[in-house]
Amino acid sequence: MSERKDLELIAEMVPPGSRVLDLGCGTGELLAHLCQHRGCSGYGIEIADENVLACTQRGVNVIQLNLEEGLALFDDRSFDVVLQLDTLQHLRNTEKMLIETARVGRIGIVSFPNFAHLPNRFAIFRGRMPVTKTLPYQWYDTPNIRVGTYADFEVLARKNGLRVLDSFGLKEGRPVRRWPNLMAATAVFKFDRG
Amino acid sequence: MSSSIGHVTPQSLSFSEPLALRSGAQLRDYTLVYETYGALNADKSNAVLVCHALNASHHVAGTYEHQPKSEGWWDNLVGPAKPLDTNRFFVIGVNNPGSCFGSTGPMHINPATGKPYGADFPVVTVEDWVDAQARLLDRLGITQLAAVLGGSLGGMQALSWSLRYPDRLRHCIAIATAPNLSAQNIAFNEVARRAIVTDPDFHGGHFYAHGVVPRRGLRVARMIGHITYLSDDVMAAKFGRSMKAEQIGYSTQDIEFQVESYLRYQGDKFSDYFDANTYLLITRALDYFDPAREHGGSLTAAFAGAKAKFQLASFTTDWRFSPARSREILKALVDNRHDVSYAEIDAPHGHDAFLLDDPRYHGVLRARFDLIAKEFGG
Repeated sequence: MSERKDLELIAEMVPPGSRVLDLGCGTGELLAHLCQHRGCSGYGIEIADENVLACTQRGVNVIQLNLEEGLALFDDRSFDVVLQLDTLQHLRNTEKMLIETARVGRIGIVSFPNFAHLPNRFAIFRGRMPVTKTLPYQWYDTPNIRVGTYADFEVLARKNGLRVLDSFGLKEGRPVRRWPNLMAATAVFKFDRG
Repeated sequence: MSSSIGHVTPQSLSFSEPLALRSGAQLRDYTLVYETYGALNADKSNAVLVCHALNASHHVAGTYEHQPKSEGWWDNLVGPAKPLDTNRFFVIGVNNPGSCFGSTGPMHINPATGKPYGADFPVVTVEDWVDAQARLLDRLGITQLAAVLGGSLGGMQALSWSLRYPDRLRHCIAIATAPNLSAQNIAFNEVARRAIVTDPDFHGGHFYAHGVVPRRGLRVARMIGHITYLSDDVMAAKFGRSMKAEQIGYSTQDIEFQVESYLRYQGDKFSDYFDANTYLLITRALDYFDPAREHGGSLTAAFAGAKAKFQLASFTTDWRFSPARSREILKALVDNRHDVSYAEIDAPHGHDAFLLDDPRYHGVLRARFDLIAKEFGG
């Protein structure tokens, strides 16, 4: 399953023993993996009741919080790594959250659907919004309120003085390092405050 | 299928060694009334202490024989196959000293005078209660609790356990609580206390000797309290502006609106069974609770020595112990890198929600207790 491979690829970017904050941690799968297999500790943040329950059942620390309210709960650089995986596209305050991620973490890792991925471009070329494995929703019922591209993120990172430490794309569980803006379904960036 | 625990029987233990209180006073020759449910396992690792709030008691779950409608105050949570499953856990409810449900309180005889304590009952604090509970556990041979659980004032006791006896609990579950009372909260308590002490039947707290009860004060105290436990929405839904009669009576003193009828009924019921001195004592214990105070006002510093894993929960419409207050506790725990989870339940019922069975709330507690049970193989 490619989602699981994506997860493992991202898990490998997290140094063992890290203090981790996982923003939009879903059912807590990645955080549980990091705690069990990489000696990490930390918290997941979730807003959805069913995900808070799933995290509790899994035994990961979960804090029910609306990310739109910011991360006032956490001090500067209080985490080694802040993860924001497949979360950015759901947030109204995308830029603010990116700044907050860089503030509370020494390292930030962000992933999101790359709208410039070739199949998406084909769909737009045909005059339709893309519906793909990574963007599986119809335009009228998508929870994604932000769409951006791999290249767009580089611009946003630069604007906010963030230093990109590593970046690549993901497609079907494999890293894409060649022409990621065109070839990757998902964009992944690792950055710090520079 | 979950079911009630069935008939339960309170027990009591007497303590001859005085309990040193925070005020400097001592409580001599006191008795604690308690109930237990489920069985203590061989290595005594499955015990959960449930701390009660203002007007509750040791009677957490089950019913009393020959007493219909005598369900414990947290019967929806505690019982066989319930979120706190008595098939797996040994659950203990203790009545706190100063209360009026059996443990030594102001209506009992003061050994120093041979008369009821009345207003002379020493002021007790959350910390004093926790110390008394710890002594009960000593007598039961329980050195470490799987968890301490409480809501509201009970949640304060759970938090205090994690600070006073960090090695004696593995999990601290504090629901709809606060790290201290706000000025507004103290103000509500003060209104309730003034209603009681200005009742001519109060007699400076020594009303027992006069054979009367300051019912009027107790009624008003309860009415005030009750309003603060409910949300505006739930009151609107429950009563709205519905009236007792079809026609307006143009009376300033008769009951016109249903909400008045409800509050008076609650006040009457309460004044039948609750002790006025106990009400004063317990509201004062609420006012005084402030673990940050002895750490220069820093709650983070207060929690530095805690070792338990924490579960916090609050309810969005609770304005007496609002989510913002739970988040203060959360922040102090996060600052100390303690293990903590926090659920903020979007329930409409106000502070009372912690006693109700919202499926999201009970789901989180069930999941939590499942994990705790796995730790001891239960």
